[in-house]
Amino acid sequence: MLEGITSEAFILGCSAIGAGLAAIAGIGPGIGQGYAAGKAAEGVGRQPEAQGDIIRTMILGQAVAETTGIYGLVIAMILLFVKPLIG
Amino acid sequence: MGFEIINKATNEVFISRTIINSFIVVILLSIFVFYVNSKLKKADPHKKPTGILNIIEILVGSLNNLVNTTMGYKFKSFAPYIGTLAMYLAVSNLFGLLGFKPPTADYSVPFSLAILTFILTQYHGVKSKGLGGYIKGFLEPVWFLFPLNVIGEIANPVSLSFRLFGNIISGVIIMTLIYGALGAITPIIVPVIAPVFHSYFDIFAGLIQTFIFMMLTMVFISMATD
Repeated sequence: MLEGITSEAFILGCSAIGAGLAAIAGIGPGIGQGYAAGKAAEGVGRQPEAQGDIIRTMILGQAVAETTGIYGLVIAMILLFVKPLIG
Repeated sequence: MGFEIINKATNEVFISRTIINSFIVVILLSIFVFYVNSKLKKADPHKKPTGILNIIEILVGSLNNLVNTTMGYKFKSFAPYIGTLAMYLAVSNLFGLLGFKPPTADYSVPFSLAILTFILTQYHGVKSKGLGGYIKGFLEPVWFLFPLNVIGEIANPVSLSFRLFGNIISGVIIMTLIYGALGAITPIIVPVIAPVFHSYFDIFAGLIQTFIFMMLTMVFISMATD
């Protein structure tokens, strides 16, 4: 079945699949950031005068939570553009 | 993504487009700063500020306020560094709107800024705790966690720079894909639909990432000193 496919093309195809799998890492930050935003909305509803502080803390926490998603994105981009597996 | 910077055979040096763009940003900011400075010297401090000085005064005041509330009053000498970071990053991230590739879409720019933050963090850690206390901080809570603490410290600049780089480069890639897709459907709808995505990926993400880079720099430095 694999006849006629060069090893380089095979590695490129597998890299594309790996990049797609790495992008699944975006699920975690999505859930986490949504949870943080929901809690912040609750906080603003309870204490509207602290809105500035709550938003600043929320954005900082979301930025840290985003790290794992960014790692996934970077791995996907390295697989797609730098092509480290092709020697 | 070329890795060959110098072609040995012909003695040519290759400079990537993003480096040129970052120099354009620096030159534009320098012109702006000299312009404001010359206005500031002529202005009378006993009168109300007018024109651009009014805006600059609001910006500087809110920056000082932000640094004071985040880092405490004893770090108020950091405000110029944070302000420089904010100006450079905001202009670089918004540079994509003019059709250039933003300088922060090249990993060298965020990484060098993150290295600056890393060195500042370590320097102020040593300065405030002393060398013994600084090394002792790595041996807590138990001594065999030393390698883990070192890795955790090195991961800070990596994640800081990748966060900025990842957000900006993903915006650049998605905008390229959107332009390609819209152009393939019909070129007439490009100016209608593209600005919506530009306002999210360039303006919103760019300014939020600028703010986050500033905030994390301040938090890292003030965390290293207590």
